[in-house]
Amino acid sequence: MSATTYAWLVLLFPLGGSIVIALGYRTWSGRTAGWIGTGAIALSFVNAIAAFVQLQGEPAKARHLTSTLWDYANAAGLDIKLGILVDPLSVFMILVVSGVSMLIHLYSVGYMGSDRGYTRFFSYLNFFVFSMLLLVLAGNFVLLIVGWAFVGFASYALISFWYRRATATGAGMKAFVINVVGDVGLVFAAILIFRELGTFDYLEVFDRAPGGFHTNEWTIVAICLLILVGAFAKSAQLPLHTWLPDAMEGPTPVSALIHAATMVTAGVYLIARTHPLFELAPTAADIAAFTGLATLLVAGSIALVVTDLKRIIAYSTMSQIGYMVVGVSIGAYSAGLFHLMTHAFFKALLFMAAGSVIAAMANRQDIDRMSGFGRAMTFTSVMLIIGSLALAGFPFTSGFFSKDAILSYASTRGGMYEIFTVLGYVGALMTAIYSFRIVFRVVAGEPCSEAEELAETGHVVHAEPENPATGDVEDTDVGFPGPEHHIAEQAPTMRMAMGALAVLALIGGVLQIPGVDDAITKFLEPTFEDSALAAIQPSVGDEWRDLTIGGAIAVVGIFMAYLLYVARPASTAVLVRRLRPLHTFLVNKWYFDELIDVAIVRPALAVGSFCNRVFERLVVQGLVAGTVDVVRGAGGVVRTAQSGFVRSYALLLIGGFTGLGLYFLLSSS
Amino acid sequence: MEAVAFFAGAIGALGGAIAVVGLRNPFYSVLALVVHLVSLAGLFLLLHAEFVAAAQVVVYAGAVMVLYVFVAAYVGGIQEPVWEPIPGQRLLAPLLGGALFIELSIAVLGSSLRALGDEGPTIPAGFGSPEQIGTVLLERFLIGFEAASMLLLLAAVGAVVLAGRKREGEEAASEEATS
Amino acid sequence: MAVEWYLVLSALLFAVGAGGVLIRRSPLVILLCLELMLNAGNLALVAFSRMLGNADGQVFALVVMVVAACEVVVGLGLIVAIYRRRLPLNVDELRGLRG
Repeated sequence: MSATTYAWLVLLFPLGGSIVIALGYRTWSGRTAGWIGTGAIALSFVNAIAAFVQLQGEPAKARHLTSTLWDYANAAGLDIKLGILVDPLSVFMILVVSGVSMLIHLYSVGYMGSDRGYTRFFSYLNFFVFSMLLLVLAGNFVLLIVGWAFVGFASYALISFWYRRATATGAGMKAFVINVVGDVGLVFAAILIFRELGTFDYLEVFDRAPGGFHTNEWTIVAICLLILVGAFAKSAQLPLHTWLPDAMEGPTPVSALIHAATMVTAGVYLIARTHPLFELAPTAADIAAFTGLATLLVAGSIALVVTDLKRIIAYSTMSQIGYMVVGVSIGAYSAGLFHLMTHAFFKALLFMAAGSVIAAMANRQDIDRMSGFGRAMTFTSVMLIIGSLALAGFPFTSGFFSKDAILSYASTRGGMYEIFTVLGYVGALMTAIYSFRIVFRVVAGEPCSEAEELAETGHVVHAEPENPATGDVEDTDVGFPGPEHHIAEQAPTMRMAMGALAVLALIGGVLQIPGVDDAITKFLEPTFEDSALAAIQPSVGDEWRDLTIGGAIAVVGIFMAYLLYVARPASTAVLVRRLRPLHTFLVNKWYFDELIDVAIVRPALAVGSFCNRVFERLVVQGLVAGTVDVVRGAGGVVRTAQSGFVRSYALLLIGGFTGLGLYFLLSSS
Repeated sequence: MEAVAFFAGAIGALGGAIAVVGLRNPFYSVLALVVHLVSLAGLFLLLHAEFVAAAQVVVYAGAVMVLYVFVAAYVGGIQEPVWEPIPGQRLLAPLLGGALFIELSIAVLGSSLRALGDEGPTIPAGFGSPEQIGTVLLERFLIGFEAASMLLLLAAVGAVVLAGRKREGEEAASEEATS
Repeated sequence: MAVEWYLVLSALLFAVGAGGVLIRRSPLVILLCLELMLNAGNLALVAFSRMLGNADGQVFALVVMVVAACEVVVGLGLIVAIYRRRLPLNVDELRGLRG
């Protein structure tokens, strides 16, 4: 079977899994739905590997395979097909997506075990994986937008999974609205592309683009900026990032899958996929890179001060995606995508470990209340440490090789791009500090009450179910989290998944060691061979130099975190007091939410209210009611003729007859 | 001679008509109508329509008017109120009547009907006699004749139904309706 | 006499009858005025019959008399029924069919 057939199967299994689970909603008992879902994704992963093998069997020049299932629209110059493109980039993405999704499904089988909405969860999760795979496999812009929209929906459904929680549904809506803004940008970009180049198909667009545009012509810049709107909304970059921290209202596996490993990387994939267009519009590419850089720094600074465990990890995601966006915008495609892969590994691992810790805390997420879980939950603590080491870029972890490769490329390109290297290292320092802030807070120190109880009795502490953000009392029925909390130490599936990811996070870097091998670059070469920027490669010596700097910064950051949180714990309080205005600014997330509220939400509400009060009442109602009144009035006037007086009827009769006679007399004379 | 007869008949008819409309007491109106009908019968005789004239006197002035007399006696007079509830009726009614007359006259006199202005063709003997009417009625207008008799039957049945004595239940129902 | 005299007389009688229908309020008198109009029509028919030398007009007039008789029967039956139910015999007060 050819690679494209395998690719269709990759798409089929998650969709089939979602439908099967949904149709048998009432019949699946226990954990059946979970195993069906995991099995479906596992089959998808197997087929992705098969597609990979088949693709590599083709000669390098021919590794752009397309396959069409169905001609969707074929009229008036439009030619939209339901077609996929199987090339190294898409195969890379489906391997990462299906692989990490499989492990997260496995984790969820245990983690969501006592949730009353178990079956619904796996149906949604499978549907999400299908949508993401569709997005990356799409062969034209229309199918891309379809997958983009499906992913947005799946994200909404999963964020508001605990639908009786008001904060969760609000967060879901916020995420969806911002995603729709991105969708609109993407749709406009597609329309402009069609208008300029006459086609939606990727390969044809990229073929015709160099001939159709001059460099930095305003049309191509506009197209790329609109694509960026879509990419930034999906990848939570400034200024469309406010939905990501709130999206942590969803269950932890959702945060791991969607908001760390897959959905938020869709923007990065998109920029990499449309790189021919961006290389024709360097202005737009630079705007993208600087936005990524800004996000990187802003998110890193916020992660240093917030106290909700999942939100720290969320801001960390935002920051790392900033690195990836910088990478694919300045031309470091393989480095950026390599970082995408390693980030998927260690971020998913971090979220899984965080889920275990939160379960041990009876669903509370405030790190100020956590401490000393090292003895009570050894496995989780080790996982947490491994993930944080990779995140910080500790020497020879996967993150070490991937993150600094981007910065190395930036310095090789030279000129203005040196800024990215310098500020990138600043960001790396922040990353190391906040990632080990988590570790030292949670693992080290005196055990908190929950940790003690766990160590002594072996049971997770029991507490009244409540909303971690607002403290509202809840119950454990459908629509809220289940009654029991599962920690990794007590759930084998969770341990299996986390263990696999830990191994990958540690050794994943061997794929691209400078001077030794460059498996990723070689694999992705057919996709990026037409790119002038991709040809720029830093020398081995330069790369090792940059990697070493990055590793050193990571160690320094870890040491600083140690000082702040272990050796001299009082120093944080002193810092907060001294820098109170800065601290408040950071804790309030740079006031972005308030800014959007004033700039967009309030005016929109005002317009709506005006329309409701004035326009609707006066114009629309007035028109409708006015018409009714006119008709009724006319009817009333006419009704006076129906007096019931026989004599007036007779009068009308004879009068009419007389008139008629008069008419005939006159007309015949 | 004929003119005198005509004017006598005409004055009788017109006078009777105006009296019907103008007299307050409905009984007097009925009597005025009888005068009118008899005058018309005279005019019919002038027009050589003997059978129609006879039928007019026997059927119309005889039977139909007797019906009217019975009902007028049964119902009695009503006091017609002075005030006119329908605005403009008192004004418009004579106006329209006059207009109608004028139009019809113009139509008649101004039309190009031949034979207007003279007495008409010489008519054969036996014109308008019962034999001739009977022959025409039963030969040419047989269907009309039968339909008319059907109509008379319907009317008779209808009258019985309308004014017949009510049964117990209906009496009670009509009592409620009028109370 | 020329035929037109009869026709003009018929028109006059018709107009008087119409005026009477419009002015009087007692249903009985209205029926009487209706008779006036019917008879005016009869007169016209017979005049035309004389004018054309054709007996059809007279037959028509006979049928009109039949119709008038039937109508009078039903109308008087109505008046008697109204009187029996003690409703006012005044056309202005019998206005149940108003819109």
